[in-house]
Amino acid sequence: MSQSYDRGLIEDFGRWQEFSAGMWAWIFHKFTGWVLIGYLFTHVAVLSTATVDGATYTQTLQGLESLLIVRFLEVGLLAVAAFHILNGIRLLFVDLGVGLEAQDKAFYAALIGTAAIAVASIPTFLLGAF
Amino acid sequence: MAEHYSSFEPKGTRWLLQRITAAFLVVVLAYHFLLLHFVNHAADITFAGSQVRMSQVGYFSTMVLFLITAAFHGVNGVYNALVNQGLDGTQKTVVKWLLIVAGTLLVVQGTRVASAMTGLF
Repeated sequence: MSQSYDRGLIEDFGRWQEFSAGMWAWIFHKFTGWVLIGYLFTHVAVLSTATVDGATYTQTLQGLESLLIVRFLEVGLLAVAAFHILNGIRLLFVDLGVGLEAQDKAFYAALIGTAAIAVASIPTFLLGAF
Repeated sequence: MAEHYSSFEPKGTRWLLQRITAAFLVVVLAYHFLLLHFVNHAADITFAGSQVRMSQVGYFSTMVLFLITAAFHGVNGVYNALVNQGLDGTQKTVVKWLLIVAGTLLVVQGTRVASAMTGLF
């Protein structure tokens, strides 16, 4: 049987200590979404060097990859994308009404999955950076 | 419905399109990351390698469709997040058109980039 909950406005962030798992999932999904769309504009801007010539494109990408900070930012980007994907799958199920009673556990699973993917990717992203 | 909280007007067209693009992006974004960070390391990317990939019709079409769906999903998501924060009236109209223009420019420029990567243009 479905129940209604009045948890108050999520935009009232001063109440963060009272937030439930689903509310944190909502906030993290918004945050990672903003990062991803911001990154998409930046990504296309960097790749636009391909419209100049091939050498400029290769030099730009390899120049960026030679910076250690870029390698760490890539791990962060992967973490952001992984969470948005995993929580996005959770949201699709929530919208279909599937597994609603386990939506909080699914959020924790998305967090653990994100952490595992990010940690496991570190050797690949840092390969040749030092 | 238990614990339902969404930025969208339920069952609207933009709500549905956001879900359809999400289902596509879940698969293609994961593929994009795997291919260009784990199969081919980002540090080893060269124009020649990008050209080989982009010259395949299937890859080129997938990447352009990826660009269009990602731009729509992102811009639509930003719009709905802002509406959810209370954006209204003239500001809402201005923001809507700014996002439509920004999203369109992103798709046009991204398609130019993908075409340049084929080396044919």
